Amino acid sequence: MSDDRKKSIRQGMVAGSPLILGYFPIAMAFGLLAKNTGLTIMDTSATSMLVYAGASQFMFLDLVRAGVSTGSIILATFLLNLRHMMMSASLSVNLKKDTSGFLPIIGFGITDETFSVLSFNKDKLSLAFILTVNLIAYLSWIGGTAVGYLVGEVIPKALQDSLGLGLYAMFAALLFPSFKVNKDYLKPALLGAMTYFAIFKTGLLSSGWDIIAGIVIASVLGVIVMGKEDKDE
Amino acid sequence: MSRYLPVILGMALVTYLPRLFPLMLLNKLRLRPLMMRFLQLVPYTSLSILIARGILTSDPEMLPAAVGGILAAGALAYWKGNLVLSVLSGIGVSFLLITFI
Repeated sequence: MSDDRKKSIRQGMVAGSPLILGYFPIAMAFGLLAKNTGLTIMDTSATSMLVYAGASQFMFLDLVRAGVSTGSIILATFLLNLRHMMMSASLSVNLKKDTSGFLPIIGFGITDETFSVLSFNKDKLSLAFILTVNLIAYLSWIGGTAVGYLVGEVIPKALQDSLGLGLYAMFAALLFPSFKVNKDYLKPALLGAMTYFAIFKTGLLSSGWDIIAGIVIASVLGVIVMGKEDKDE
Repeated sequence: MSRYLPVILGMALVTYLPRLFPLMLLNKLRLRPLMMRFLQLVPYTSLSILIARGILTSDPEMLPAAVGGILAAGALAYWKGNLVLSVLSGIGVSFLLITFI
């Protein structure tokens, strides 16, 4: 293995390790909830392995409990996960050349969390780096699901809840330092929060549409406010 | 076959395709500067939206823990730059707030 590739894998492990903290506990909560909803461990594991999208998996359990039809569940999942299209598009322009034959595998691994880690390391996006980050996330998610299903009850509620909030802690820990690097990025971040707040308060958009509309509107506003000048590249 | 398998496979498909297509298509195109700028801003807008959504949709009794954890992790990452330490501290602050409030 080349030294470059070893270095990328090492960097990927450093960058991806917070994903274990962010993913494992939430996957455990999913496993436990799936068990209480009456899914077998096979169905529960298959959901995490094949769908691999946190929020929509919880929604799936909610809708199963409510007796919603298969078609409606799939449509709701589509809307909720459509935001990954924007994230995938945003990542695509920063990928290094050696990724080209592996896009079907890289694409499978794009989640809110891996996208956050990858896009804040956009100078490092070689195949080895991306696959390392994505694999850490994927294994944490699947492992956490199984552990939660099997022994989830033993963890105290307060600890489960605080571990669940680890995801937002990670989003903040990725976002805030970028303002130090370039304080211009406060603008899109504030626009995002304000846009979402407005969308949320009007309540016109259902879950899924609210996120994707927020990302599109806030990013367009950001381009209008900031122009096309790009000091950071 | 499990009765949930069709819905799981359907969910998997509609989740995978939107993740894959932009990667396959945009990789080959030359984008205009304004479009590049738009895509460059997506990480900042989407992260702040996910954080805002987390706060706005959390249960009232979890709100202090959510906000406290987010602020602690964000502030520590800003000053120290260590992601794992920041996330752990955020979780710790959330735990304290849940336990003692």
